[in-house]
Amino acid sequence: MNDEANNAVGDYQYGFHDPENATIRFDKGLSEQVVRDISNLKEEPEWMTEIRVKAYRHFVSRPMPDWGNCSMLESIKFDDVTYFLRSSKETANDWDDVPEDIKNTFNRLGIPEAEQKWLGGVTAQYESEAVYHSVREDLEEQGVIFLDMDAGLKEYPELVKQYFCSVIPYADNKFSALNTAVWSGGSFIYVPKGVHVEMPVQAYFRINAKNMGQFERTLIIADEGSSINYVEGCTAPTYSTDSLHSAVVELIAMEGAKIRYSTVQNWSANVYNLVTKRGIAHKNAVVEWVDGNIGSKLTMKYPSVILKGEGAHAEIISVAYAGAGQHQDAGAKVHHLAPNTTSNILSKSISKNGGRSSYRGLLKVNPKAHGCRSKVVCDALMLDADSRSDTYPTMEVSNSSADLEHEASVSKISGDQLFYLMSRGFSEEEAMGLIVNGFFEPFTRELPMEYAVELNKLLELEMEGAIG
Amino acid sequence: MSEVILNIKNLHVSVEGTKIIKGVDLTIKSGEIHAIMGRNGAGKSTLAHVLMGHPAYEITQGEIQYRGKPIEEYEVFERARAGMFLSFQYPASIPGVQVGNFLKKSVNNVRNVKVKARDFRKELNAAMEKLDMDKAFLSRYVNDGFSGGEKKRLEILQMMLLKPTLALLDETDSGLDIDALRLVAKGITETAEATGFLVITHYQRLLELIKPDFVHAMIDGKFVKSGGPELALKLEDQGYDWLEA
Repeated sequence: MNDEANNAVGDYQYGFHDPENATIRFDKGLSEQVVRDISNLKEEPEWMTEIRVKAYRHFVSRPMPDWGNCSMLESIKFDDVTYFLRSSKETANDWDDVPEDIKNTFNRLGIPEAEQKWLGGVTAQYESEAVYHSVREDLEEQGVIFLDMDAGLKEYPELVKQYFCSVIPYADNKFSALNTAVWSGGSFIYVPKGVHVEMPVQAYFRINAKNMGQFERTLIIADEGSSINYVEGCTAPTYSTDSLHSAVVELIAMEGAKIRYSTVQNWSANVYNLVTKRGIAHKNAVVEWVDGNIGSKLTMKYPSVILKGEGAHAEIISVAYAGAGQHQDAGAKVHHLAPNTTSNILSKSISKNGGRSSYRGLLKVNPKAHGCRSKVVCDALMLDADSRSDTYPTMEVSNSSADLEHEASVSKISGDQLFYLMSRGFSEEEAMGLIVNGFFEPFTRELPMEYAVELNKLLELEMEGAIG
Repeated sequence: MSEVILNIKNLHVSVEGTKIIKGVDLTIKSGEIHAIMGRNGAGKSTLAHVLMGHPAYEITQGEIQYRGKPIEEYEVFERARAGMFLSFQYPASIPGVQVGNFLKKSVNNVRNVKVKARDFRKELNAAMEKLDMDKAFLSRYVNDGFSGGEKKRLEILQMMLLKPTLALLDETDSGLDIDALRLVAKGITETAEATGFLVITHYQRLLELIKPDFVHAMIDGKFVKSGGPELALKLEDQGYDWLEA
């Protein structure tokens, strides 16, 4: 990176960008024709084209949400976004076959190294499509399907047709409609009955171009008694103009299955991150969202679980870090539809330098859902008086046997804590870094170690220059 | 010949405009144990905190030299790195930070080297054994949900690992039963022989175990009497009224 780029990027260590060598780049802006063109280009079955078009029409007619950060939402310029950009002719399964400049990007992000060390499979998406994909042979032998979503649709059209939009209908919200209209890339995973995928599989999403829109679509189906641990990371260069990331993730955990979906989102501070994530847990199944939001300009994301079968469990652990100019509007939603279902929600947020973090939660208990238990804990840490933290919890409980707990706290770093740590040889910045890492620890300990270490480093970096 | 570690001359300290310390002189050499006794509010803890550099305490007059240099030249963390240690009466809790990790980082800070994991582990095990501490301690969060006795033990463990040049112990013996007190005393005597100690206490019983070289009686921000161990006995026996006449 040259000095000029460094200046523009500032503290954000993933803010570099590489030359844009697009092989296909659509003109900016969105129309029904663009939607059809994307579908055409991908040689999709007609039913998919139809869903896309319906979703597009819904997107156009649907007003912006009248909640969340309305002024930031209104500032999105949909006409300036590039909705499709192909940067590599095909998806490689060997890093040597990935175009040099793209490979360099992923090398700098440490992806190939991580793959060798601790991952069961990797998909790396650059702009609109996967440029690299691989899965361990032993997983393939057990019948595990792990593909990028475009390949998934080509190779398993019936399976995709059965589950696509089954958890999140395109008309769920304005951005799920947008995603359904222009989706490209993402992961498609099917884990057969009784198969446990021990090593995490990882997807890495990178936006490189200016004014890019990334709309990946992920669908994970864990069949009866199976389990999978999926991890995703996201970064983008720092530009003065904004990019849009609007993903849809659908999870289906069949009877007794377990899906854990972990995210560390570290988009640069010019990315709108408007994502819909929802899972269905059938009888005795477990869906876990481990969701970290560190970057982006505006994030609106509320990982949800529908507890459909008796004895199902939801676990949603999320953290949000909001620095200058950032608004993290994040949270969790759980619908207890069946008896004896349980859920735990833990949300932690840090606001600094005028940043804003909001917790928005929904807990719903159906009249027929007897014996449900749920615990919601929201902790906010404010690092200065300019920052802001709000909590918007909603509970709709229609069954009196439900056992619900809700705790919320807002705290500051105390002078006593700082003095104590400084008396042990930590500088003030190091002391703040340690306290902040400690605050996020209930989240970090759930991540694969490599991610946890990276996240801690990242937060320590954020604390540098924190002392006025 | 023992080195002068700490030299305090005519020290006056205020907190938010209130005068707390009103003219203290004190010299501590390496290897010496000084005890300060006095009622609550006499200024004992203030002295310990001002030495460590707490931002709320303002030196209005006099001077403090640490190893021959004016102490203002050191920030709090630099004091720690230069060999000062304060055992807190009420140590702060740091949720989410594991004791083991915290100890290792503190040792690295103060020794200014990255101690090898294996060497550190060895050292740590030995110190914990001496203090009769369970390994499970290491994975708990620093002082979070600790009993009073556990907090004090962790303070002493840190002191043993950090091997300070000057150790300030602020009522480390308060609220401890006799067994815990013995362990604390053991920790003090096990810490490097060259360490200078300033031990703040209300009670004679700790001093019986660690045998101070000097005892100072503090009333209203001043040392009103200094002497040997016999002074501690007299203070515990007769209180402080006889010094106020």
